[in-house]
Amino acid sequence: MSGPRQLAGIALFAAAVACVPLVTASGATLNFVMMALYATLIAQAWNILGGFGGQFSFGHALFFGSGAYIQAIAQLQGGLNAWVALGLAVIGAAVVGLFIGGLSFRYGLKGSYFALVTLAFAEVFRIVALSVPFTGGGVGLMLPLREAPSNLQFATRAGYLWVVLAFVVAALLVTWWLRNGRFGAWLQAVRDNEDAARAVGVNPFRVKLGAIGISAAFMGAAGAFYVQVFQYIDPGIAYGSSTSVEALVGAIVGGVGTLWGPVLGAVVLHLLADLTRNLFGELPGINMVIYGTVLVLIVIFLPRGIAGLGLSVRQLWASAKGGPRG
Amino acid sequence: MAEPLLVLNGISRSFGGLKAVQGVSLSVAEGSLSALIGPNGAGKTTLFALMSGFLKPDTGTVRFAGQDITGREPHRNALLGMTRTFQIVKPFAAQTVRENIAVGVHLHERSRGAALRRADEVAQRVGLAAQLDKPASDLTVAGRKRLELARALATEPRLLLLDEVLAGLNPQEIAEMMPVVRGIADGGVTVLMIEHVMQAVMNLAEHVWVLAQGQLIAEGSPAEVTSNDKVVEAYLGHGTAARLRKAAAAKGVNA
Repeated sequence: MSGPRQLAGIALFAAAVACVPLVTASGATLNFVMMALYATLIAQAWNILGGFGGQFSFGHALFFGSGAYIQAIAQLQGGLNAWVALGLAVIGAAVVGLFIGGLSFRYGLKGSYFALVTLAFAEVFRIVALSVPFTGGGVGLMLPLREAPSNLQFATRAGYLWVVLAFVVAALLVTWWLRNGRFGAWLQAVRDNEDAARAVGVNPFRVKLGAIGISAAFMGAAGAFYVQVFQYIDPGIAYGSSTSVEALVGAIVGGVGTLWGPVLGAVVLHLLADLTRNLFGELPGINMVIYGTVLVLIVIFLPRGIAGLGLSVRQLWASAKGGPRG
Repeated sequence: MAEPLLVLNGISRSFGGLKAVQGVSLSVAEGSLSALIGPNGAGKTTLFALMSGFLKPDTGTVRFAGQDITGREPHRNALLGMTRTFQIVKPFAAQTVRENIAVGVHLHERSRGAALRRADEVAQRVGLAAQLDKPASDLTVAGRKRLELARALATEPRLLLLDEVLAGLNPQEIAEMMPVVRGIADGGVTVLMIEHVMQAVMNLAEHVWVLAQGQLIAEGSPAEVTSNDKVVEAYLGHGTAARLRKAAAAKGVNA
């Protein structure tokens, strides 16, 4: 799909989702859409570094949790406005990303080593958050209820939905830029073959650092959003591995390195989780079994994710007709 | 007289106990098309890596375009005008041929659209125009070699280091590729190539360096180096030159 057509697609998506609260006032529906968008945002954030940069992080909760804590602490201890805190959370998470990325990429960590380092850092951050006073330790931090748009707290889910939609659209636009700009071309070149990229003038360190910074910034936004919605954060939620896993599974199931893959992946997984919970809620654990089974099936039969499905079908069609592949 | 484009001075590099390159000095004149030959394991590719910054020399200096670039990273050397290709081709497999070449164009071109358009022109020069929309992973070996060349060429280098672009090609493909290399040199790009295909070296190169066991053992025109005893022995074994001469003399007597 060409660049301008993709932009039109993004605009259409934004307009359609933004209209949902105008069509329905159902709290359950709005909550579902809001949480699906939130899952989309973290999958998109992971996709920027993992999908386009080929750097598979297992610890994206690092940036999520840092954004969440900055959001809470800036308001509780700093007395700052929630919107200002949001800005700080995004910047702060990006700085954490640059720090971790700077260390990892400076020493050439790749593949499973990079994954392990991010995982380890997330764990370190979790333990630090448990033990220092300003995070509230294991008790966590609670935001006081002050419902007002100026406080980034809304009476209904609609307000939150629009806020998280804005971030999702921003992430879509950044992803579009990666697919249609020089930085993205460099990033994908480094992903596909770092030495070849270096030979034609790409600085892999700078490119990867840029990617982790952007990726972390969006993750920080997701963390800040989480705190505003649930008005609570603790070390387990912030730096636990579930967020890291959710981010990478959403992107991988949807299709890494694609524009719409993380959106598809996050929405499908979210639907699936909701469905199994509703259908098999009485049997504790069975929903996770089904969820896991579907995950395995997707990974086996759709190695390029849901977004790769169209491509696979086209290739099957071509080979069935005996035509050339590609 | 102006300084040669590339000057190596006493370059050495060891890996553990193996002296891969020892005290190599050579200079490549701007606008020349020259070749670096030598038996397998002579250190040719290592020497390329030392020139282009993929490896740091233990001792010695590399000067390029009037600057000391010893141990400078490859991407900075590319910006200065030195680009290398790889013997084992390294395509960006997930991307199309056009996108592959555009990465090279991007060195001096910010706009994606312009880079993709320029990629078409570069593909034309190396004979890849018909395959621009194919994924790089679908190319044949010959196609991948051309792509490797195209991507390097797209950076508009002053000095192009070609690491065996003809290896693995059949005679017809070699015959098709040689004019491409010639054309690049005629276009004003200085070319230094590592090559095993002697037909290409004899036809293309103005000057040849011979590397054996990490040391330069001969240099000169292709005709000079191929008749050099040391070179013959490096390829065929100690004492071969004398044996060959004796055989030739015996043949002369019998005839």
